[in-house]
Amino acid sequence: MASRGIRDQVAIVGMGCTNFGEHWDKSADDMLIEASSAALASAGIDLPTVDAFWLGTMGSGLSGLTLSRPLKIQNKPVTHVENFCATGSEAFRNACYAVACGAYDVAMAIGVEKLKDSGFSGLVVASPANDGTSLTVTAPASFSFLAPSYANKYGVPDAELKDVLTRIAWKNHRNGALNSRAQFRKEVPKETIACSPLIAGPLGIFDCSGVSDGSAAAIIVRAQDAYKYTDKPIFVKALSFVAGPASGPMDPSYDYTTFTEVVASAEDAYRQAGITDPRRELAMAEVHDCFTPTELVLMEDLGFSERGTGWKDVLAGVFDLDGELPVNPDGGLKSFGHPIGASGLRMLFECWLQLREEAGARQIASIALGKNKALTHNLGGSPGACVSFVSVVGSALD
Amino acid sequence: MTGIVGYGVYLPYWRIQRSTIGSTLGSGGGKGARSVASYDEDTTSMGVESARLALKAAPSGYEPEVLWFSTSNPAYLDKTNATGIHAALALPDSVGAYDVLGGVRSATGAARAAGSGGAQVAVFSDVRTGLPGGADESAGGDAAATLLFGANDDAIAVPIGTASVSAEFVDRWRTPGDQFSKVWEDRFGEHAYVPVAEEAISRALKSSGLSSGDVDHLIVTGLQARAVGVVRKSFGAQPDAVADDLTGQIGNTGSAHWAVMLADVLDRARPNQVIVVASMSDGCDVWVLRTTDKIVGYGDRRAATVRQQLASTRDDLSYASFLTWRGFLHREPPRRPEPERPAAPPSLRMNTWKYGFYGSRDEGGFLHMPPSRVSMGSGEIDHMEPVRMADVQATIATFTVDRLAYSMSPPVVAVVLDFDGGGRLQCELTDVDPTAVRIGDRVEMTFRRLYTQDGVHNYFWKARPTRGN
Repeated sequence: MASRGIRDQVAIVGMGCTNFGEHWDKSADDMLIEASSAALASAGIDLPTVDAFWLGTMGSGLSGLTLSRPLKIQNKPVTHVENFCATGSEAFRNACYAVACGAYDVAMAIGVEKLKDSGFSGLVVASPANDGTSLTVTAPASFSFLAPSYANKYGVPDAELKDVLTRIAWKNHRNGALNSRAQFRKEVPKETIACSPLIAGPLGIFDCSGVSDGSAAAIIVRAQDAYKYTDKPIFVKALSFVAGPASGPMDPSYDYTTFTEVVASAEDAYRQAGITDPRRELAMAEVHDCFTPTELVLMEDLGFSERGTGWKDVLAGVFDLDGELPVNPDGGLKSFGHPIGASGLRMLFECWLQLREEAGARQIASIALGKNKALTHNLGGSPGACVSFVSVVGSALD
Repeated sequence: MTGIVGYGVYLPYWRIQRSTIGSTLGSGGGKGARSVASYDEDTTSMGVESARLALKAAPSGYEPEVLWFSTSNPAYLDKTNATGIHAALALPDSVGAYDVLGGVRSATGAARAAGSGGAQVAVFSDVRTGLPGGADESAGGDAAATLLFGANDDAIAVPIGTASVSAEFVDRWRTPGDQFSKVWEDRFGEHAYVPVAEEAISRALKSSGLSSGDVDHLIVTGLQARAVGVVRKSFGAQPDAVADDLTGQIGNTGSAHWAVMLADVLDRARPNQVIVVASMSDGCDVWVLRTTDKIVGYGDRRAATVRQQLASTRDDLSYASFLTWRGFLHREPPRRPEPERPAAPPSLRMNTWKYGFYGSRDEGGFLHMPPSRVSMGSGEIDHMEPVRMADVQATIATFTVDRLAYSMSPPVVAVVLDFDGGGRLQCELTDVDPTAVRIGDRVEMTFRRLYTQDGVHNYFWKARPTRGN
C-alpha cells in the first residue's frame, strides 16, 4: 500500500474563521461569506484569484451551489464533500491534493455548519430509509461506551475516571476563555462540570462539545508560491484519512478503549511527516474532543501517552496550555464549539495562529523556543465505526 | 381433537400494585397487583415470547403446520399479526399463520381450530386496558400463552370431552378505534352468564362420562368476575381442585387467561388427572382434559413454571409509567427528533435479521450481526451460513445510559453484547434498572416493539437480564 503524502508541496497562505456559537441572526450563507472573505483578505487575494473550491458541510446544503450561490462564484469547480464530523478536514485534504498535482494554482477549502436552526438538542443526522434495527442512541451515548471500558481495562475507579474527564473539560474551557471566537468563553469550576446534569453514562452536559454554528476557510497554494502571499506560510507535512470497516460493533476483539482508525491515520501521518516522537516533536495538537472520553483515548491513539497512562497524563497537566504538549489550546470542540463541517478547518486555524505566533493570550511558549509543527485530528462516526483524519503542518520547510 | 404436547407462558417483567392506582387517584385500585406489558411490548411481541418458550419445550421433531394468533387487542388491523410472530419464530414459510381477533371468545375458537388435527400452534395474548380508576384497569392484566397441539402419542394432556354454548347478549363491548371497553350492570352479567356456563359444563362432563367429583383441577375464567365466582362454586368440585385464578398477582389477562391458568395447572399436575377448563365469553367453551404419563418428563424440558416466572417479575411500577406506557398520559418528549418510520422494502430485504434474528457466519467462523455479505476476516463474498441468534445468551462488553435519546420510557440503556460462541451487537437493554447495569452482566434476547411511527410498529430484538425462563 502506498500513501506517499505531499510533504512540503503545498502551503496555507490565508485563513479565516467566524466566531462559533448560536448565531440566530446568521445563515449558513452569511457565515460562508464571512469566513471566505476573511481567508481571502488574509492571503491578500480576491475571489476570482481562486481557481477551485472544496466545500465541507454535513447538513447545511447539498452540492457546490451551497457555496457558489452565496459567493456568486462564476463557473468555477466547487466540490461538496461530506465525511461526518471530519468533513472540514476532508475539504482541506482534497483541496491540497488538487494544488499539489498542479491542476490548480490557488484553491479554497471552506467548511460550514448551521446546526442551531434544527430546534433539537444535540446533533441531528438524517439517515436513509432503513429497516429500523440499528441502535439509535445519541452521539454522547455512543462515545460514552468508552468510559466504562477504559476504566474496566485499566483498573481506574469510576470516581477517578470522572475526575479525569472533568479535568479535560475544565482545561478546554480554560483555554476557550482566552479565545474571542469560542462559543463558551469562560472558565468553569471543576465542581460545576462534575455535577452537571447527566446526558449519557457518566457524561454530563459539560462533557459534551458545544452545538454551534460557524465557518472556517483556508487558501492553499503550491509551497514554492507561498511567500508571494505571506511571510509566514504554513506548510502541509502530512495528510492522512482512513475509513474503517465499521467492525467494532460486530467484532468482539474490539474493546472500546481505542479508535483503530485513529491509530492507523496517525501512523500514516507521522510517517509522511517524518515524526517519530510526537509528544516531543509537536508544539501542539488540536484533537477531536467531541466528548471528554474521546480526548482521553486520543491521547493514547495519537501516541502522546502510553496505553493505559493517558488518564495519568491528563491529571498531571501534560496537555494543559502550559504543559509539555498543549492539546486544544483554542478550547477544542468542547469550548470553541462544533459546527461539523467547519471544525476540521477551525483546528487548522488554531495551528495557523499559533505557528505564526498570533494566538495572543493563549500563545504557546514552545513555538518561540523553536518548535514548529502542529497536529490536527478530526474524526467522525462512533467508537468502532469511524473515519479519522490526521494532519501535520509546520511553519518551516524541512 | 388432538392433545396438548407443549405450552409456554410469558408474563411481562413489570407489575403494578393496585394500591398505587388508589393512592394516585384518591380512589379505586384495590388489593394485589396486575401484570403490565412494558412500553416496548404488545400482544404480538408477548405472543412471540410465549411461543418461543413453548417451542423450546416441544417434543423432538415437532413441526407445526399452522400457527393461530388470538387477541382482543391486536397491534394491527387489516394486516396479519400472526405473520409477524411466525417470522420472529423463524418458522418455515409453508406454515400457515392466521389471526383470530376480537372478544376473548376468539381465543377458545383459535384453540378449537388448532386442536382440529395435526401439529398446530395456538398463541393467545392480551394487553388489557381500562379507563383510569375503573375496574377494567385494575382487574386486567397483560400476558401471553401458547399451546402446542399435536399427536396424542406425544401429548401431556388429551381431550376427553368438550362442549360449547354460544350466547348473544351485551355484557361488555368496544367499538373499533376505542381504547376502552364499556360494561353493562354487573348483576345483569351474572344473570346472563351463569346458566349458559353451567349448561356448557354439564354437557362437557356428560360427553366425557365424568362427574364434578372426578375433577382434579377446575379452571373457570371470564371477564365477568361475578359470574365466574358463582360458577366456580356451583360446579361442586373438591375445594382443593379449584385452581387459583392468579388475578391477585397478575390480573385477568383476557384472551390469554384461561391458557395461562391451564399452564399453571399443567406445571403441577400429575399423570392421569382430570382438568376442566371453562372460558366464559359470549357463551362458554369447556374442555375436559386428562393428563398423560408424558407430563412427568415435561418439567425437564420446560424452562420455568408460571410461578417461577411470576417470582422473577417486579411489582413496583409507578402508576405514571403505567399510564404513559399505555399511551394514556402524553408526556413531554426530549427535544430530539422522533424516530423514523421503518421502511417496508429494507425491512423485507432484512426479514431474517429483523424478525428471525439470523446473523451470518463465514468459513473462518466469524459471526456477523447484522448479517454481512463480505467476510470480516477473509473478504470472501457470499460464503456465509445463516445462524439464528435468538436463543443465544450474551455478556455485556460495555454499556451506557442515554438520557437524551427519544424513548417512551427514558433513559435508554444501550449495551454492547458479546454472544456466547461469537457474535457482537449493539442494542437496547430492556426490563432493567439503569443503575444496576455492569460490564460482564449476562443477558438474553427478547422480541420487542421498539417504537411506532406513522402506525408502523418497529419490531426488533432487545437484550434483557437473564430471567431464567
